[in-house]
Formats: sequence, C-alpha cells, structure tokens
Amino acid sequence: MTDRLMFSRRQILKTSAAGAVLGFAPSLLPVRSAFAAGATIGFIYVGPKDDYGYNQAHAEGAAVLKGMEGISIIEEENVPETVDVQKTMESMINLDGATMLFPTSFGYFDPHMLAMCEKFPEIRFRHCGGMWSEGKHPKNAGSYFGYIGQGQYLNGVAAGHATKTKKIGFVAAKPIPQVLLNINSFLLGARSVDPAITCQVIFTGEWSLAVKEAEATNALVDQGADVITCHVDSPKVVVETAAGRGTFICGYHANQSPLAPEKYLTGAEWNWANIYKMYVEKLVAGEELPNFTRGGLADGFVKMSPLGSGVSEAARAQFDGTLAEIMKGGFSVIKGPLNNNKGEVVATEGQAFVETAIELESMDYLVEGVVGSTS
Amino acid sequence: MEQTDLGLWGVPLAILGGAIRVSTPFIFVSLGEAITERSGRINLGLEGVLVFGAMTAYAVAVLTGSPWLGVLAASASGACFGLFHGWICKFPKVNDIAIGIALMLLGSGLAFFFGKPFIQPSAPDLPAIPFGLWSNSSQVQAALNINILFLIGAALAVFLWWAFKNTRAGLIVRVVGDSSDAARAMGINPNTVRLLATAIGSALAAIGGAYLSLYYPGSWNEGISSGQGLMAVALVIFARWNPLGCFAAALLFGGAGALGPALQSVGVTQGYYLFYAAPYILTLLIMIATSSPGRALAGAPGVLSITK
Repeated sequence: MTDRLMFSRRQILKTSAAGAVLGFAPSLLPVRSAFAAGATIGFIYVGPKDDYGYNQAHAEGAAVLKGMEGISIIEEENVPETVDVQKTMESMINLDGATMLFPTSFGYFDPHMLAMCEKFPEIRFRHCGGMWSEGKHPKNAGSYFGYIGQGQYLNGVAAGHATKTKKIGFVAAKPIPQVLLNINSFLLGARSVDPAITCQVIFTGEWSLAVKEAEATNALVDQGADVITCHVDSPKVVVETAAGRGTFICGYHANQSPLAPEKYLTGAEWNWANIYKMYVEKLVAGEELPNFTRGGLADGFVKMSPLGSGVSEAARAQFDGTLAEIMKGGFSVIKGPLNNNKGEVVATEGQAFVETAIELESMDYLVEGVVGSTS
Repeated sequence: MEQTDLGLWGVPLAILGGAIRVSTPFIFVSLGEAITERSGRINLGLEGVLVFGAMTAYAVAVLTGSPWLGVLAASASGACFGLFHGWICKFPKVNDIAIGIALMLLGSGLAFFFGKPFIQPSAPDLPAIPFGLWSNSSQVQAALNINILFLIGAALAVFLWWAFKNTRAGLIVRVVGDSSDAARAMGINPNTVRLLATAIGSALAAIGGAYLSLYYPGSWNEGISSGQGLMAVALVIFARWNPLGCFAAALLFGGAGALGPALQSVGVTQGYYLFYAAPYILTLLIMIATSSPGRALAGAPGVLSITK
C-alpha cells in the first residue's frame, strides 16, 4: 500500500468530488479495484444447511471456499421458492456486496433468478439444475449440475445384490426429469444384477414432507420392498424409517450412513466443492465463467458413499467393476432395447444415451420394471 | 419375520396403520384446542406450539438421552405459550384470533432459531407396544406397533368427554364458554378459567409435537409439522367440540392421509395428487353433509368469537 491511500475520509470526499468535477473520476477507478481483489459469494438454500441432504451437500461445497484467500461467503437458509428469494438476492447484492450468487434450489430459476439477472447485469448467477439454455437465457446466468443418475445406477447394483424379495423401493418428490432419471437408473442398475427385479416408486408431491415420506417408506416396505432409496431434499426420515423396518438403504445427496450404519449399502452423493472452487478461481482470476457446467463421477461432481457392511463380496466386485467402467467416461445407463413402463419404445436396439445426452434432461418416462406413474 | 406380498389387502392395512401412526398429533392438538375453545377462547397459535414442542422435545431428548423428559419439557414449554396467550387475551378488546396468529409465527420462529443445532443429531425414540405379535405377517406387526402416546391420547379423549359432562371442573369450563355473565354470577372468574384452559390446551398440543419429533416421523426439521397444527384446530369445529369426535376425526384424517402412498404402493399410480387431497375433500364433504341452515354449528360454545 502506498502513502497515496492514507487519506482521511474528509480528504477522500474532497478529492473525489473535485476529481469528478474536473473529469478525473476515471483515474480513481484502478485504485478502487485494487481494494476489491477478493469477492463475496452468496449461497441460498431452500432448507436448513445441515439436513443430511440436498442443502447439506451444497453447504459442504460452500464451506470449502471459506479457506480461500480473500473470499468471503454469505449464506441464507430456508428461503422459499417465491418472491422471497428475489429479496434475498437483492439484499446479498446491495447490502453485502456479493458479486456472484448461487441460488441452489430448482424453483429459484424461473422467474426469480432470471428477474435478478436482468436487474443486475454485472452480477454472476449460477443455478443448480438443468434449466439454463444458450440464447434463451441471459449471459450472466448459467447452470451447473451433476450426472448423479450414474450414482443411482451404482446404488441399484448394490441394491440388486442385497434384495431377497426382488422388489426395491423409491421415495420420490416430484416427477421432474432429474428425479425420473434417478428412478430409472436405480432400477436399471439393479436389473444389471437380476433382470427380474422391479422397483416401486411413490411420489410425495413435495421436496420436503416428513410425515408423507415416512408413510411412503412404510407403504413400500409393506408391499415387500427390501431396499429403499429416495430423491427428496432431506433423506433422513426415509433412511431412519426404512432402517427401523429392517430394510437396506441406499443414500442420496449426502452420506447418511451415520444414521443407520448396519443397513446403509452405499449412496450417491454430490461433490459440489470442486465446482464451486472452479467458479471462484476463475472469478478471482478474471476469466470467463462457463454458463453450462456438467459432470459425473469421472469429473468429480458426484461421489459414492463408502460401501457398508451389508454389501456382499459379489456385490462389491460388480460395484467396483461398474464404477471403473463409468470412470472411463461415455457410460450409458439408458440403452436399447428399452421400453417404458407403458410398453412404448424409448431406445431401440443399439441406441444408447451417454450421460451427456441432452435428451436425458427432458426425460418424461419410467422404464419397464418401474411400478409407478409420472402423473 | 416373514415378508409376503399383501397385494390389495395392503390398502386397508395401510389406512389402519396410517390412522394410528399419523393421527396422534392431531388427537393431542385437537383435544387441547377443544378444552380451550370450550372455555370460550380460540387459540390459533397451536401450530406454533406444536412446532416448538417438537423442537423442545427433540432437543431435551438429545441432551438428556431420555425421550420422556423431552415430552415433559415440551408440555411445559407449551403451557408457557398457553399462559402467554391467556394472559394477553384477558385485556379488553384484545382479539384472541390475532394473538393466536402472532403466537403461531413466534412459536415457529423460536423453534427454528433454537432448533438449528438439533437438525443433525439423532434422538432416542419414544417406546411403542407391539400389539401385532399374534400375527406372523411383518406388515400387520408394523401397523399394530402402537405408541404409548396414542394410547394416552385415546384415554384422554374418553376422559375429557366424561369430564365435561360429569365433573365440576368440566361444568365450570362449559359455563365460562357459554356465558361469561353467568359464570361471574356464579362467582367464577372467566379469565382465570380461560387462562388455565389455554395453558392445558397448549401443553397437550406441545405433546403432539413431541410425538412428531420423537416417534413418527421421528426427527426434528423445520418442515416437520407442515400445517398439522392448523388442520387439527379446524378438526375441532368439524368434531363439534366433542372430545370423542376429535379422536374420531383425527383417526379419519390420519387414515385418509395414508391413502395416497398406500394406493401408489399397490400400483394405483394415476392421479396421486388427487389422493393426497383426500383428507381435505373428506372434511369438506362431511362438513357439508352435517351442516344445515336450521342448526348451524350445534354444540358451539356461546362466547366463542367465531360464533358471535
């Protein structure tokens, strides 16, 4: 720091006013940006950030940024997917000086985040999910997401070995493409072990409804499902209820094995730390940020929970084999010949959708072997 | 343990099991509200009390390792909320419904604030009695695994029904609820009775919250109640302020709530949003069927602000 900066507040006001009058104002700008070498990054969560689920996964990723030089993190939890999130974004930008925001929940995107993108064109917004598309949405917005369907496929492999009733269960929130892909992947993973396995799905209709999730889990177990997984915001209730009924569990979002160590087979977890670090490093370096970021297990966007004690040797071998294949890249979960559960063809013989296939992001079917309906 | 495919028999069993599992918070909140409303006050804040009770019970159970201490702490916290409501409402021109709404927001807000560190830890559960041991079907055993709080709730409903009719305390509450003037003429202070009735009602509602966090679904998070406290308050009107009616209505509501998941699990998968609306449709239908312009709101306490 030079002596030039050791001014009193009064002097700064005086000189900057004089500078502005004399047309020297632009010359002050470099000094200002030297102060702003760091950045404030805002994270917005739809639920509590220690929910053993979706929000915890994001908060764990955000926590990694805290160690970075000059970066400060602001977080807000329990922000509903309503106009409330717009207020949160505005206050993060105006009051806290955030220059980059991560509104992490699906429903924040349209219209809330898009409205803010227009209002604050110089602020960077990145939304978790598959919603951003080139040409349609503003350039200061973008989306990042992981191919966690691969993780559910591996969950299915573990489940396929563990099930005795040949029936596995899935507690799902809403029938949106990402959820449907997870359900289909879970079943297809299990069917890679035994093609006779079926998967029962129950939709609760909401991302977080504790009582209904518990009821859905009980209903699945009553119908004979003996391995349960889920796609809801906080899998804690499903995991505890299923373990209480004596079934095996595959986790989702974060590692839930501390809740039921005996019954937890494995789980598909997010690994957001890598993505957040990448964005922030580029931001600090002044580089262009990608608008569309995707990756799977091989890219370190997704990871698997360590295999539990209930996983047999045979299951372990197939799990490791499949994982190795996925790590090579270009793995297809959805490949022909494959019908949906209404008997219509979704992939013909020889047709395969690799993880990056854009068709998968508009999935609207459940594959053959899944008992359930999307509406 | 035998795992068999129940097929369609799973639906009635799930409704029975669901009625027993899901109804307990409804029972406690609606019985509590019935006591309060019989004394002539409405406490809409029970939703907040329920959430705060759930948090308190979970936190105390985590810290002490005893779920029963949690239930005790929850009921004490509920009583405090009730005393607060009753105390404010004794001042002239204070609207009990508005205070109730304020209390609802306050209770939830405080619960979220103090409950933050307890979302992750696991608390010990309340014990259940296995009434299904006679059956070798694991599904029946699971459905008949009945929590002690449910049994206490059932006994309480019968007791309150009897007590309102046959005891001096029950009579006093009813007199205060039907006419403040008559109560004063008898030498009873209506405000004291209402204060106690609100405190007892809130304590019961908080026990309902303890059931949510300590038994079913058995964990504390901020979305645990999802409006059950409000629905239970509505159930009281539906049950015509009769404790036995509250019990029956709570069972009906719990059973109807289990319908959606149960039907999906046997393969009736179309239109599940409609099945999830079943409890509300059912309530509407019964309300319409049992109302008539001639005898509207039979059994309503006379000084209750909604009937004035």
